[in-house]
This record gives sequence, C-alpha cells and structure tokens, in this order.
Amino acid sequence: MPGKLKAKIVAGRHLPVMDRASDLTDAFVEVKFGNTTFKTDVFPKSLNPQWNSEWFKFEVDDEDLQDEPLQITVLDHDTYSANDAIGKVYIDIDPLLCTEAASIISGWFPIYDTIHGIRGEINVLVKVELFNDLNRFRQSSCGVKFFCTTSIPRGYRAAMVHGFVEELVVNEDPEYQWIDRIRTPRASNEARQRLISLMSGELQRKIGLKVLEMGGNAVVGYLQCFDLEGESGLVVRAIGTACTLEKQSSGSLVNTHTHPNTAPASNACNSPSKDGKEPVFGEDLPSSSGPPTPFRNLPTSSSSPPPFSPFKPCSRQSSSSDTDLSLTPKTGMGSGGSAGKEAGPLKTLLRQQTQTALEQREFPFFTLTSFPPGFLVHVGGVVSARSVKLLDRIHNPALGNTRSYKLLDWNSVTADEPETRDAWWEEIRQEIKSHAKALGCHAVVGYSENTSICEEVCILSASGTAAILNPRYMREGCLDIGSTDQRFDDPSPPSCGFCHIPYDELNMPFPAQLTYCYNCRRQKVPDVLFTTIDLPAEAAVTGKGCLIQARLCRLKKKAQGEVNATAISNLLPFMEYELHTQLMNKLKLRSMNALFGLHIQISVGENMLLGLASATGVYLTALPAPGGIQIAGKTSGDLNNEQHIQAIQKRINDTIAKNKELYQINPPELTEEGVGSPIPEPRHRSRLFRSHSESSDEVSELDLSHGKKDAFVLEIDDTDAVEDIHSLLIDASPPTGFYTCNTETMPGIYNWTTAVQMFTSVRVLRLSNANLSNQSLNKIFTDLCENLLKSFYFKLRSNIPCCLCHLNFTVAVPEEELIQVSVTAVAMTFDKDQTQERFITKGGIETEEQLQFPLELCADSSSTNAQPSSKFSGVPENTIVSPRAASVDYGSFADRCSTWLELLRLKAHTIRRGSVKTSRRTQSLAHSVSSLEHCSPLTEGRPRSLRSSRSFGGSSVTMVKMTPLSFLPGTRIIKYLGIINMFFIRETTSLREEGGVSGFLHSFIAEVFAMVRAHVAALGGNAVVSYSMKDCVLMENPNKNQAQCLINVSGDAVICVRETDQEPMTSMTNIGQTCAADGAT
Amino acid sequence: MAVELDVFVGNTTIMDEEVYQLWLDGYTVNDAVKVRMAGGMLDECEANQDVLLSDTMDQYRTFQMCERLLQSPAKLANQLLFQIPPHRQTMLIERYYAFDDVFVREVLGKKLSKGTKKDLDDIGAKTGVTLKSCRRQFDNFKRVFKVVEELKGPLVENIRQHFLLSDKLARDYAAIVFFANNRFETGKKKLQYLTFQDFAFCAGQLINNWTVGAVDNTVEDMDVDLDKEFLQELKELKILITDKDLLDQHKSLVCTALRGKTKAFAEMEANFKNLSRGLVNIATKLTNTKDVRDFFIDLVEKFIEPCRSDRWTSADIKLYLTHYTNSAHILDSFKHQAVWDRYMGVIKSCIYKMYHD
Repeated sequence: MPGKLKAKIVAGRHLPVMDRASDLTDAFVEVKFGNTTFKTDVFPKSLNPQWNSEWFKFEVDDEDLQDEPLQITVLDHDTYSANDAIGKVYIDIDPLLCTEAASIISGWFPIYDTIHGIRGEINVLVKVELFNDLNRFRQSSCGVKFFCTTSIPRGYRAAMVHGFVEELVVNEDPEYQWIDRIRTPRASNEARQRLISLMSGELQRKIGLKVLEMGGNAVVGYLQCFDLEGESGLVVRAIGTACTLEKQSSGSLVNTHTHPNTAPASNACNSPSKDGKEPVFGEDLPSSSGPPTPFRNLPTSSSSPPPFSPFKPCSRQSSSSDTDLSLTPKTGMGSGGSAGKEAGPLKTLLRQQTQTALEQREFPFFTLTSFPPGFLVHVGGVVSARSVKLLDRIHNPALGNTRSYKLLDWNSVTADEPETRDAWWEEIRQEIKSHAKALGCHAVVGYSENTSICEEVCILSASGTAAILNPRYMREGCLDIGSTDQRFDDPSPPSCGFCHIPYDELNMPFPAQLTYCYNCRRQKVPDVLFTTIDLPAEAAVTGKGCLIQARLCRLKKKAQGEVNATAISNLLPFMEYELHTQLMNKLKLRSMNALFGLHIQISVGENMLLGLASATGVYLTALPAPGGIQIAGKTSGDLNNEQHIQAIQKRINDTIAKNKELYQINPPELTEEGVGSPIPEPRHRSRLFRSHSESSDEVSELDLSHGKKDAFVLEIDDTDAVEDIHSLLIDASPPTGFYTCNTETMPGIYNWTTAVQMFTSVRVLRLSNANLSNQSLNKIFTDLCENLLKSFYFKLRSNIPCCLCHLNFTVAVPEEELIQVSVTAVAMTFDKDQTQERFITKGGIETEEQLQFPLELCADSSSTNAQPSSKFSGVPENTIVSPRAASVDYGSFADRCSTWLELLRLKAHTIRRGSVKTSRRTQSLAHSVSSLEHCSPLTEGRPRSLRSSRSFGGSSVTMVKMTPLSFLPGTRIIKYLGIINMFFIRETTSLREEGGVSGFLHSFIAEVFAMVRAHVAALGGNAVVSYSMKDCVLMENPNKNQAQCLINVSGDAVICVRETDQEPMTSMTNIGQTCAADGAT
Repeated sequence: MAVELDVFVGNTTIMDEEVYQLWLDGYTVNDAVKVRMAGGMLDECEANQDVLLSDTMDQYRTFQMCERLLQSPAKLANQLLFQIPPHRQTMLIERYYAFDDVFVREVLGKKLSKGTKKDLDDIGAKTGVTLKSCRRQFDNFKRVFKVVEELKGPLVENIRQHFLLSDKLARDYAAIVFFANNRFETGKKKLQYLTFQDFAFCAGQLINNWTVGAVDNTVEDMDVDLDKEFLQELKELKILITDKDLLDQHKSLVCTALRGKTKAFAEMEANFKNLSRGLVNIATKLTNTKDVRDFFIDLVEKFIEPCRSDRWTSADIKLYLTHYTNSAHILDSFKHQAVWDRYMGVIKSCIYKMYHD
C-alpha cells in the first residue's frame, strides 16, 4: 500500500433545519474515497453537531490519491424514509502529496449543494502518509508541483525550463443523461462535478508523468480548460511549462556567480560540428565576466533569481548534424543563410544554438508570460492560429438519446476515424510553430489555447508570441554556460534588447518599417510591437500604459453542420483583420507603440460571432514614436464634407494630445525628430484599407499588414467608416485616479499599497431587435464593455488612486440574442506620493529586481538617449521617418488564412480518449517522502502554526486575499501550498424567488469565492494568487423558472507575510512542529 | 436591448454605507437611485444613471443576502459566504439594529405581538418611517426580546454579547425589552412630550436599582422583572404620609433646609404635603401590575405637572428632591432608610430626566 489517507470529521455548524417539526437536524457524515465509504454516528437534534469522529483510514494507491477527491457528504438521518442529503464537500488532496506544499488540511468547509448552495459548514482534518517506493514504472506523479502562475514562482529559481507539456482527457458528459429521466438534474449535476474533479485529477497526474519524464519537478503556467461539447462529451485539457525549480534560500545566492567554470563539462557533449564556432565564444568570453547588464549588478537583491544555473552535463546528446539542417526555416524565408552577413556570426550562431536546443522539442512553447531576466532575448510578434471544427453530431439533437446508443456510436467513431482532438490541437500547434519560424523565432512564449463552442461547431484558437530565448535554461541545449553568457552580452541592453528584431531585415517575413533602436541605437526595431506576454520588468517605458480593447460583432446566417462551419471560417479572417485595425488605431490614438498581454477571443453564437481583443498599450522607449491619425475624405470639393472631416480630424488630434498628457508620454525623441505632431507629414501618409465584403477567394491573399500603405490615414468613404471613427473616439479614458491594464502591473507605478480588491462581474445583454446591422451590433457590444468599465470605476472609487490590473474580459454568446461578458480583475491601490517609491520597492515584494530595474533603466536610457542624439543625427532621415507600415507581428497572417481554409475542410469527430479510470490498481508505487523533504527548508507545520495564530484574531474566519496577479503587493510569498482547481454547478428551480438570474448568479459567485477561500484557509494559506475564472456558463429558462450555471476557477494557494515581518520563519517553524506533533497524536 | 443579468461580486464584499442606509430606510431601488443622484453621486467617477442603478441593485442584493446573517449577528463573524473586515461587520450590525426614535417611541411599552405588527402601517404613516423599515425595527425588537427572555445574567451584557452591539445600543435595547416586558404606559397624551431617550434613561435606572438583578445576578429574567420583595417593602413607606407627626416633621426639616435658597420656596412649602403624598402613594401601589404600568403617568400627574404649573426650574426640582430625600433620614421614627434610598434614588433621577423646563 503506497499511501494512507486519513480523515477526521470534527464538527458542523450553521446546518439547515431538516426536520420541520423540531426545527433541528439529525446529521451524520459519509466519507468516501474511491470505493470505500465510512460513516460517522448520527448527532441527533442539533444544528451545530460535534461528531469528533475517529480517524477514517483509506489505504490507496498514490495514483488514486492524485485522481480522486475526498468526498464528504452530510446527511440528515431519517428513521422512516430515505436519508436526506444536506450537501457535499469535495477535497482535492493533491496538495498533501507534495512535501513542499501543505502537510495537513484542516478547517471549516462550506457544505455545498447544487440546488441550495452553501448549507452550513463542516470542520474536517485530512492527512496523507506516503510510503517510500522506488518503482520506476509508476503511474503516479506525486511530488510534481503545479502552479497557475505564468512566471517562475516567487521564492523559486528555475534551474531549467524543459518546455511544453499538454494532455487531454475525454468523457461522456453526465449532464446529457438526465434527459432519459433515470436521474434527476441534481444527481446528474453532482455526477458531473464528481466526474470533472476526477478528470482534472487524472489530467494533472498524466501531465505530472510527462514532467517527470522530461526530468522536471514542476509545471508552471498550468492552464486547464473544459470543453463542454454537449452530446459529444466533455473534454478536459491542460497545457503548461515543465520546469526544474529550486527552492531559493538566502544561502543559494552565494554560488550565483560561480557558474562559468562548469562550462567545460558540458562542452564535452557538444558535437563536433559546433566546435568550429568555439573560438568565437572564447574571444568574447572575458566580457561576460564583467557586469555588462544592470541586473547582474544587484548583489543586494537577495531574492533575484540567479541568472545562471550550474547545469549537470546533459545526458541526452544533442545531435547537431540533424539540427543544423533544421536551421533553415522550412518556410523558405532563408533567414538562416543570409543572416550571417547582416547580423554577424554571433547572431546566427545564437539562433543556431538555441534552435538546436528547441528544435528537438515537438513544440518549443512556453505558457509563461514573464521571465527571469535575460531569458527572453528577442520578441518577434504575435502568432496565432484558429481552426473551425465540427463536433461529431450523432443525429437529431432532440431529446431521447439513450446512453447505450451513444456508447455504440462512440465506439464506431473511434474505430472509423483516427482523427482525435489531440490531432486537432497538434495541427494548430504545428501552425503556430511554423509562424514563429517565419518570424525568425525558435520559440513561442505567452502561449495559450482556447475554444468556443456553439452547438456542433467549435473554434479552436491558439496564440502566443514568437521569441528567441536564451538557451541556458534549456536542458537539451547542452550549452556551456560561459558561451551562452557572452552571446547575450551582444549589443542588447535588457531595457530594449527584446524589442530588437529577431528576423533578418533583408528577408523580412512581412513588410515592416524598421528603425534603429531608440534606446541603444545599435539594433533594428520595428515601429510597433504586439505581444501576448507581460511587459518585461527590465523594459524601458515612457509614461504609463492603458487597457486597449478592440470589439467586434459580426452577424452570420443560422446554418447547420458544414455550411455553418464554412461560413464561420470565412468570417474569421475579416474579424481578425478588423480587430487588428481597431487595435492599431486605438494604439495610435493613445500615442503608444506596443501592446502587451494581447488576448484575442472569438466567440461563436448561432447567428453571430463576437470578437474581443484586449491588450495593454505602452510606449516603449526603444521604439519610434507613433505618428498621428489622418482623416481623408473620399470626394474632395464637397465643402460640407470637408468641414466635417476637419471637425473629426480636430477631435482626433485633441484626443491624441489629451492622451499624451494623461499617460505622461513625453519621449525625449520628440523634438529630435519632429514626429510628435499628431498629424504626420504628408509623405508619411498612406491609406488604410477597410475591408469590404470580399469574396472568399480573396481571403488567402488578405494582407493584414496593410502592405506598404501606411496605417495612419483613415479614409471616410462611406457611413460605416464614419461610424468606425466615432467608435474609435467613443472609448472613454478612465477617470482621474484610475489606470487600467490587462497585464500584471502598470509601468510607471511602483508604490502599491497592500490594498487589493479582486472582483468578478458578469453582464448579459439581450438584443431585443432581431434585425440589427453589424454596425449597430458593434455599437451595442462596445457600449456593453465600456459601461462595464464605467461601473467598475464607480464601484471602486473608494480605492482611488488605483489601477485595475489583469482586466480579463471573456465574451460568450450563450443563446441567440444574448451577449455575455464576464470580467475578473483586481483593483490595486497605490500611494500617490511617488517620491516614496524607492523605499517601497526596496522592501517590496519578491520582485525587487523587477521594480528597481525600470527605475534605474529609465534613468539610464534617458541619458543614453540624450547623449547619442548628435551621434545619430547622421542616420539617414528616411530610415527613421519614412512611411511606417502598421504590422509587425501579423506577418504570418496570410499564411494563417490559407490554413484556415484547409482546416475547415477537415471534419472532426469525437473520440474517446483516456477515459476516466475507475478501477483500482494495486501497483506499489510511491514517492520518497524523505528525499524530498530536505530540499524544502520549510516543511510541515507551517500551515498549522499560521492557523493557530489566526485564531487569536478578532474574527474566527481567516481573511483570504485573492488576486489574478502572481503576487500581492507589500507581501512576500513564503510558501506555495498547491494548486486550486475547482468546478461547481449550481441549479435552481425557483429562479424568481432567488432574485432572478442576477440574484442567482450573484449568490453563486459569492459561494464560489467562499469555497475557494475555505479550501485555501484549510491548507493553511491566506491568499490565492494567479486566480482566474475560466468558465462561467449560464443557462436559463425564465419561463420554467429555472437556471443552471457552471463555474470553473483556479489559482495557487499561498502563505504570504507582510514585507515588514522580518523573520517569521524561525518562530513559526517551532510552533509548527509542536502543532504537527499534536496533530500526529 | 435589455440588461438581462448584471452582477458584480468582490472577494471582499463591497458595501456602500450610504446605500446601506437607504436600504435600511426602506427605499426601493429606484427611489434610492433618485436620492443618490440628488446627492451628487453623478459627479463622482463620471457615473451616469445606469451605473448608479447597476450599483444600487448589486448592493441591495448583497444586503438582502446578508440580512439572514444580520439577524443572528454572531453568525456574521464566522460565516464564510461574505468576506467582510471586522470593522465593517460592526458597522453593518450596528446600523441594522439602529432604530428611529420616533418609531420606537410609538411601540415603546407595547406588547411585541402580531397585533402590534399589524398596526405598523399606521405607525409608519404617522412617523414618516417606511413600512419596510418599521418592520425591520419591530422584528429587531422582537428578536432581541425573544433571545434575552431565556437568558440568565445582566440584560445589557446579554444583548451586547448576543447581538454584538455597542454599549449604547445595547442599553437602548435593554430599555425596549424592559418596557415591553413590564408594559409601561407611554402612549398617553400627557406623556407625549417625553422622548425615547428620556424613557431609556429611566429604564436604565429601574433596571439597575429596582429589579431582582440589582441584588442577585444569578436569577433568570433578573433584569426584566422588578424585585417583588422590594415592591412589597415599599408599602412600609406609607407611614411618611399616614403619620401626621412624621409628615409635619419631614416638611419642617425640608423647609428649613430650603428656605432662602430658591424663588419657588413658597410653592414648595404650600405643596409639600401634596407632593409627598403623591410620591409615597406611587411607591405603595407598585405591587399592582396595573399601577406599575402607570408608573410614568403617575410621576407626571402627581409630581411633574404640579411643579410645572408652579414654574419650578430644574434646579428647584433637584434641590427639593435632594432635601426631601435626605431629610427623611433625620426622622427618628422612620426606620425604612434602605428602602427609601433605593426608591428615591430612582425617582429622583427619573424626575430630573422627565422634567423638561
């Protein structure tokens, strides 16, 4: 027996009255794990029962421990009739399987019922004892840590980043069986909750296995999603980035800079083909030992992750003869060959070597959005791919499908059709990979995947940012540290290096306007940069940033099956184009030149498609200043029209000027080049083409980059265009005291206070008029989003001055004529007094280095800018000020469009893969507890001590902070307790009585928050970071007075302490140990 | 275009005190929006009417969901559904249990029964308090009454602990419970000039000095019921007015002490016997429940009104009552000093409070 799970039921409180006669309840509890069930005694006639049960012991495989949740059911004993269930608690025991996470689960959990919501609370204790077993063929992956956080978790150091891991499991959806009336909706919803809990456990275990296989010990940026495909089943899929993390202790800093000598060892496995290049490294080696970049100069920052990890010599030989071949991108861009003469051997070499490291991977993707300093070398731009698939339709969607029938069908499908959902994603990932290659990049960072399903049509989307990474974190790279080191000293200071183009400027993958970097003046940069990642901490930014959204509605005819899929596929390129145009124009309107955290969501409904692109616009100091926007009339001579155009032009210019002031954008280059004027010089002008309804064969030639025409002129040739311009101007800037962004933090604000307010808001709009045009629909959609923002400003006015960070909008079309927008974000208050920022950031968060950098670098960069202005005056002016093309990153768009067309021809089928395991195996597998124990300086006991200390507080409930960000300002995360991944369903048959859908959803969301907080508190934590609500699916039938809602949330449970608390460790461990000792008896 | 659904949920529950007050005052959502607009809310954060409406709706929903918890405040502290910082919890409870003095004045001393509840709409109309607010306040009284009825120990302390109220509010509730329990008559026309705070003060005096709890703090209902033995002993005070010698002696002692100290001396001297008879008669009759109910009206009729018609000042009252009480100690044949002090201590302070110039 590899593991023993122990559970104890202590007490209940606030139970509902189950016996009307006595106004009391005779409660008892069933504790179930796998197929074993224990019961407590009945505690008669009490709403606050004290069971104080024995320890129920389950002897189980660690595999089951990973897959199954502990199920606790509270019931009301009834002598004569069946016992009534009061509600349930599912406890994910995964955090207990990892010695570095929680050691005990103990606390009050809300008792949850799908119909009644929370009905009282139950106090439970859960422990796990794992036995040592060294079986290498194990099926479990206990001990692999999971993090939702999309950066290296604080307090850890990435020794290695192994790369992309993905997995998916499919099962029937129990929801679709209640139609056969064997089960009540409640039973089926409970079955569904249980199933999904099982499936996520299984999925996590499988991913963990892959990580172990790769030699990692953690998954960072773990993103799990559900696809409710209706009749064709339920898919749970996840992606993440496998890493080897090392706990950071204060001592670990010592060997930070001792790295380069380990180089020779790993050199040994370099294949001969590389040897010829070695001298190059040797030459530059000395420079690396110096302090070329500011971040290496920060010995004071005890928490800064040491940039170099002493790699063990890699066991896997990198066969460079193979990889050399793959250096030349298959797209025929020829960047490999020609790069040499342009960028010098170093650059080529860099690309070659990193490519070597990454090419061996199937998908060089990273779900991370922010990186240790130096990890990200260059950023190419956004790559994305979408594909429209038909989910298998069994036949008539009407009621009456029996289960057996479906099973039959499934089997036959599996037999006939090899295509699987895996294959669908594989296709998309391949496409992303090739796009990245076309951009001269070997990796994709900030990678994410999502789906939108309407009936049988499913849009699969993936997007990320093409990038070149520093290979020193890659295991397969097998590169010696000395050489990796020096190559990144090449002329890119960290404040602008990532902006420098990764592709070869003579063979650009798409038309773009390049200039010399405004920061270092040595490398070329594009005029605009779009990315899906967070703003790198070391980036030099001018002024503040803001949330920029492009919103779009497109009507489509109702259709079925393939016709429908084709129609959607045809619409997609136009939507992307328009969203891109909107983003570009709005960016110009704010006088900014880069987008971070770009997330484009396209959601499909029966009769419309919704597109929402959100990103945070900033002015990167390294990039050229954007030009203004010029309005051009189609027909000259019409005086009225001319005046109108002039009026609009004036408004636009005013807006730009206002925005510059608002976001404090005063780049030093302004005077130097004269590009500050909102109206570009006539020669800068070119025209932006509006896409009218082209026929589909044009689609493949659609050029999102606008070709050589420049993006700054809007031509008013029809009423639509006027509307568009109006909608451009309609976006209200946030009121004074507010900033907005969808990234982790806002550049230019460093002095956060500890006040955070996380919130979720959902709004659904019913379109009353069926005959809406695209334009009016757009207006409605835009207003919906804008009004939501306005509401937030008003609600959070007491937090001023504050920044709404991580504003994450999700759109859906739950039914015909309904538009649903859900937002989760956090309002973070900051100190107005900017002079304090130094002090605050010094003591600030784990990210001292992050926070200090911008300050130092800003100062740095401005001085470098000032000085070399004369030096660069010699640069031919037309290089800098010549007409700019709009797109940098959409280069692969044409490519993508054609792929869409291909993809839509592929008809998809559902398959059953990796169905949920219910049988119990008795392999003896386990994890060495002891071996892991000593790598964690803080082992068990901590949570207990925290808990014991909080009971002294005034309130008996721990305050649990939640935030979508990876940190809490003013605090230090001292321990990650494990991942929170919860799925709930709530239903009602008395919608009106519960206050309508709003009342229903309001209480449900509040309940979900409460359950997350309770689980975190029971793990001993006091905060959730990287919190997100991934799904909120609401179905209603007001006529029947019914509604149902599914919510999926995730995040990382942590213990954090205030920055000011000096040494909580020692005292807490002591208390913790005594507590643990107590608990063990 | 209709907003089908609109919710905003914060991890820390966001509650606006102003909206909370409007909700407590029984405003409908629409009326609350109007009030907020009139209050200049539109200028804040570029809000418009829709924003206000949406915000008000959200808050009202939150309050409704919270109401169940507010009715047993102890639960609010250890419930998990809403994360509310402790100081906000205190505010929520304090405001929820706050009441309008005009309203409570109407129900003070009445039985907290269904019958009274039916009259709430009349009371609402009379006092200008919305029916919804009346109901909340009435239900609060009733809830507190029901809970403390079954508890041992000091009334104020019980209320404070069970409902987590401030000391002031707990005292007010104690007064309300005390009045409701003893059914003191407060509604007569002659008593209309008295405010709730006047009565609350008197209730505090009675609770502290005349109840069972004043001598023994272990009995049930100790602070709610008057000390029967004490009421019985009060009958002994009758001697002060029945014994003619004693009465005269008492009068001369008081008059000697008062002479030259007040303009109203003549009236005092003239009225002494009347007033003394009045006060002692109130004392001797308190064994009858009916007369207990009329305690306040008797005080007004037998003492306050005569004094007022003679234009005594508050200072006169104080002076008179002090000497009246103290002089009794000098009377040789008067043996009931302890009872006299216990009685007059309360009477004195009640009359001070009830005597408005």
